[in-house]
Formats: sequence, structure tokens, C-alpha cells
Amino acid sequence: METTIEITLTVNGERLTRRVAARQHLVDFLRDELELTGSHAGCEHGVCGACTLRVDGEIVRGCLMLAVQADGARVDTIEGLSDSGEIVELQRAFVERNALQCGFCTPGMLIAAADLVARKPAATREEIREHLSGNFCRCTGYHAIVDAVETACRARAGRKK
Amino acid sequence: MKPSPFAYTKPSSLDQVFELLAAHGEGAKLLAGGQSLIPTLNLRLSSPSLLIDINGLGQLSGIAVKGETIHIGALTRHSAVERSPEIARHLPLVAQAVRHIGHAAIRNRGTFGGSLAFADPAAELPACTVALGATLILASRAGRRRVAARNFFQGLYATDLQAGEILLGAEFPVQASGYRSHFAELARRHGDYAMVGLAAHGRVSGEKLSDLRLVFFGVGTKPVMAVSAARVLETQAVTNASIAGATAALADDLDPPADLNGSGATKLHLARVLLGRVVQAMLSENA
Repeated sequence: METTIEITLTVNGERLTRRVAARQHLVDFLRDELELTGSHAGCEHGVCGACTLRVDGEIVRGCLMLAVQADGARVDTIEGLSDSGEIVELQRAFVERNALQCGFCTPGMLIAAADLVARKPAATREEIREHLSGNFCRCTGYHAIVDAVETACRARAGRKK
Repeated sequence: MKPSPFAYTKPSSLDQVFELLAAHGEGAKLLAGGQSLIPTLNLRLSSPSLLIDINGLGQLSGIAVKGETIHIGALTRHSAVERSPEIARHLPLVAQAVRHIGHAAIRNRGTFGGSLAFADPAAELPACTVALGATLILASRAGRRRVAARNFFQGLYATDLQAGEILLGAEFPVQASGYRSHFAELARRHGDYAMVGLAAHGRVSGEKLSDLRLVFFGVGTKPVMAVSAARVLETQAVTNASIAGATAALADDLDPPADLNGSGATKLHLARVLLGRVVQAMLSENA
């Protein structure tokens, strides 16, 4: 049985092939092998949400998925979402509302929030809190983050009408 | 932390899974959603020599309604259960419960069968399967067998799954007319494991409850059916007095051990609070 495996995946639109250790987390593969250090490894047991990524369009914990499991998958990181402009409104709202201080949780917050903005732009503040309940921030106290996500949701909902 | 090294393989058939389990025995672990397994690997509470990734077995995923039964495949993600119109219609208890599991990013990976096979005493789905009278379908080289959910859960993280066996899915009777269900849990934050939870299912007619199953979780080593409390509620029309009688009787059903969330007495109190809320909710849905 192999302890290293060759995988082919698409990261931020770019297809690539690498050999990875079976035990390597997807977030460590992105950070250490691809130097995409925007995804942060915080608690490494699925509690803090700093490593939130998008795999095949769905948000996941990068520390609770192995790199080898991303074989054949489409992975989007904060770098890809920033470069494509997909989350520009959210980013602007985060700045305007002072929704970050140290910034460690911010990439994960933005990816988790983008999922809600896209799926449920009419979300109430309570629903925003529930959706972000798996992303910890140790600086801001969440109020400003909820404000920013609400701003982005309302902007998206307004455009849909 | 990082897991200790292991080998990895991703079989494409059940027969290959059985062969691998036979060849590697205790050293092998099945990887489904990984949302409980990978944390235990990261914390080095577990260090298998081989992970058998069953995510290539597409036939284990999906929700199917056949006549009066509904089948949920073991590999079905929590998010698929959450979004399923069939589950909302036929198993409203499961539809309510699944929203309490972890967070969106966890539900996108975590699987229905994984939650049952792991059998965490504070998990939502084991209690739901017991309350709804589900049948679990297990398979091994020797063939398939069916086990009632109430017999499947045997203790702390312990189930009736034998060496070499894999959970294929669960089969539920669709909710019959006249029946209602309600799910509630208390947790410090949304998505945390429950301090105490209750999955309730029963027949409601006017102010009367019958065939009532009250299954608590987070109060022992496995889901606990509150038989005495249910009997009090079934023998008379539901009133504030009968609810008080049922919550008193709960002391005969539950003996919650103390944990980080509080003493046994605190947990029993919380279970009583939940019971009152859930019974009221079942009746008010009827109005």
C-alpha cells in the first residue's frame, strides 16, 4: 500500500499534478507545496474555520480533508476568489465595516460568507450568525463581521430584483 | 497537529472493501466524510496503518423513496439530506435534526452513515433513527443483514458493526398520517455537540399523544428512550399537569453522567426543559 499518491486537480483554474503524502491535509498541500498561504491552518481539528476552502463549489474544512481526496477535484482558495473579483463586494464591506483586525480568520470568513451571499442573499442577521458559527474570530467580536456580510447580502439581493 | 503516517487506497467496489478489511483487520479504517475520523487522526487519538477511502462507491450515496419506505445511503452528505425535498416531506424529524450537525462546511463533507457508524453519544442522527424505528443495512463478505436502530447502538462509540462489516445505509418508514415529530437540542453555540437533545415522534390526535417515542441524546453512552415519561403523556390528554408529570418521570428514564457542560442534575434539568418544549411544539403543530 502506498503512503504517497499522485493526484491531479484544478486549483484556482489551473490544472496540476503532484505526488502527495497520504497524510497531508489539503490546506497544508496548498500552503506548503503550492505556496497559496491565504488559507490559514488554525486549530487543525475542524473547529476554527480558518482553513475554509471551496472544493467542487462547496465550502469545506481544509484540515479535515486530505490532499489525496482532492484528486480530480476543483479547488478554489481565497487567492482565486480574490483574483477573479468574485468577492470584491464582500471584501469592500469588510474594510468599510472594520470587520477584521489581525486578519487571521478573514480568508475563511470571506469564503464561508461568499457561500451564503450566493445561496441566500436574503439571509437574516440570525441566519448570517448561524452560517458563520463555524468560523472563529478572536479579535472583532463578530458584530462588524455580521454587519459586513449583511451589507454584501443586501447588495446582492438588490441586484437580483 | 498532523496525523501519523498511513497508507491510502480508494477501492471502486464493495468486494474490494471486504478484501481490504479482511487483509488489514484492525489496522485499517474506513474513510467516508472524515469529519470525525480526521480530527481523531490529527490529534493522534487514532493511528491506523491504512485508510480505505470509500468515496468511490457511488452506489452508497443517495436518497430513494420506495412505496412506504425511504432509504438514505451511508455516503449521502448531510448537506444533501438538508436540501432534500423527500426528506423534508417524509422524514421531517431528520430534516430538523441535520441542521444542528456542525456547520455548513462540515455538513458538505460529513456523511449520514458515518455519523451512525461513529455513534457519538451526543450526535443527532443516531437518536433520530431510534425514534423513527429505522433499520440499518450492513454488509460483509458473508452477505447483508438488517439491524433495528435500537439494537445497533450498544454503548460509547460502540455499535453492532462487526469486523469486516460496512454500513450501507438506513431504511425508514415514511412518516404516517396523524404522526408528528419534533427535534430540539441545547448547545452553547450553534453546531457544537449537544449538551442535551431530544428526538420525538408520535401520533397526535387533538390533545392526545400515542405511540410516542422520546429519544434523548447526550445524556448517556447511547441514545436513550424515555419510556416512563412517554407513558405518562400517553395515558391522558396533554395538559400542563401531565407535562409536569412526564418531566418528573424523566428521572426514572435518565441518569445523565456529569460532563464538561455540567453536573448530572443540570443535564436532567435541561432534559426536562426540552421535553416540555418539544411536547408543546408537537401539539401546537397540530393546531
